[in-house]
Amino acid sequence: MSLNRSNLCWLALALITAGYLIFWLLLLGATATYSTPDSWLKVLQSPEIRHATWLSLVTCTFAAGFALLLAVPVGYLMSRREFRGKSWLDAALDIPIILPPLVVGLCLLIFFQTRIGKVIEMAIPFTYQLSGVVLAQFVVAAAFAIRTMRGTFDHLSARPEDVALTLGCTRFQALWHVALPAARRGMVAAFCIAWARSLGEFGPILVFAGATRMKTEVLPTTVWLELSVGNLEAAVAVSLFMVALAVLVLVVVRATGEKV
Amino acid sequence: MIQLDHIRWFVAGRTILDDVDVSIPANTYAMLMGATGCGKTSLLEILCGLRRPTSGRVLLDGRDVTDLEPRERGIGYVPQDLALFPGLSVCEQIAFAPKLRGMPPAEIESRVNRLAEQFGIAPLLNRLPDALSGGEKQRVALARAIAAQPKLLLLDEPLSALDEGMRAEAASLLQKVQQEHALTVLHVTHSRSEAVALGQVHLRLAAGRIEVEGMA
Repeated sequence: MSLNRSNLCWLALALITAGYLIFWLLLLGATATYSTPDSWLKVLQSPEIRHATWLSLVTCTFAAGFALLLAVPVGYLMSRREFRGKSWLDAALDIPIILPPLVVGLCLLIFFQTRIGKVIEMAIPFTYQLSGVVLAQFVVAAAFAIRTMRGTFDHLSARPEDVALTLGCTRFQALWHVALPAARRGMVAAFCIAWARSLGEFGPILVFAGATRMKTEVLPTTVWLELSVGNLEAAVAVSLFMVALAVLVLVVVRATGEKV
Repeated sequence: MIQLDHIRWFVAGRTILDDVDVSIPANTYAMLMGATGCGKTSLLEILCGLRRPTSGRVLLDGRDVTDLEPRERGIGYVPQDLALFPGLSVCEQIAFAPKLRGMPPAEIESRVNRLAEQFGIAPLLNRLPDALSGGEKQRVALARAIAAQPKLLLLDEPLSALDEGMRAEAASLLQKVQQEHALTVLHVTHSRSEAVALGQVHLRLAAGRIEVEGMA
């Protein structure tokens, strides 16, 4: 009797999971069947969308690269060192994850109107520029990359690094020669997660870098621009292309053994 | 010579080591025993410099090393899990310390080959840690520590993962290594027979203090 109840419980849980998955498949299926593959190809070959695609690939790669450069030292520090106020810092690192995306963009916009921001802009202009797209993608993607790298270092034993210290390494050398080679799958995953996150970024880019065609237009901006002029076919084609890229990233991340 | 001068170590308000005061003569094989969780590994980590004692001093050959980094102490450390570097071949593990010190490649190669011969791991030089047995891993960890030419070797239950047959062989290898390299060894164990077979000095850690049980 108890076995039957247990089975019933698992069946109910499986149905809930299947229901959620089916809901998502229906959403994607409806989007995919809204227009034909011929019209997708036609849309994706237009110069504006090809430019936006190219820009998305480049800016996401830069943003993910910078995010990884930040995530490795911060993740290592958070994983290996105990210090006063660590739980506060841990919470603070999640701020970009919990902040509404438009607010992130607004914060960036306002910061670059301050005296410090203006000095920075004299060296590298960000506001309404391509570099602004990368920065807007980076600020959010970095938080996800840091989470991933911290998880990676948490799963790696610190003992080999301790042994390396006794063998003559400084802490930096132990990180470079022992921890980083062991964490390379995690680094691939962190890069991919940051890249995927950057690809989907829209709010901060719209507010901080604008939506200028052939200048700061990336794929999510294209979807919004096409929707705003009622060109649903183009919006669908670009969305499906982004879904394909996201699935590809998911496959790569899973292949590294990490989870998104 | 190792001197632990009134070492105390508290963690999270709990006293783990309470006035550890002991000297181990140079070129001696010392065995440290004690109940699980009594602080044996912590004591080894304090000796290595991986942990800082709450109070007290660590002296090696009369030199106060309490404030020195682990790399400045000249101590070889083989932890219980051996901690081989993932992704590095046996050859790279042994060459790790000589390479860090900027030794010429020819000299590194000769040292690696010599140690590989001595530890019976010459055919394994190209293998990764995942492709080694427990006994082979233990030999590689020892060779890696010896390649740094330490004066003092700390072994944390090095034979615990080996089966009965391999244990006797590994014990005689440890004895041979200690004599050939004129090392002072501090070896943590739970096994009374291992302590009797190898130890010249027998120490017991209990209630945060060390008692010298005997010298052979």
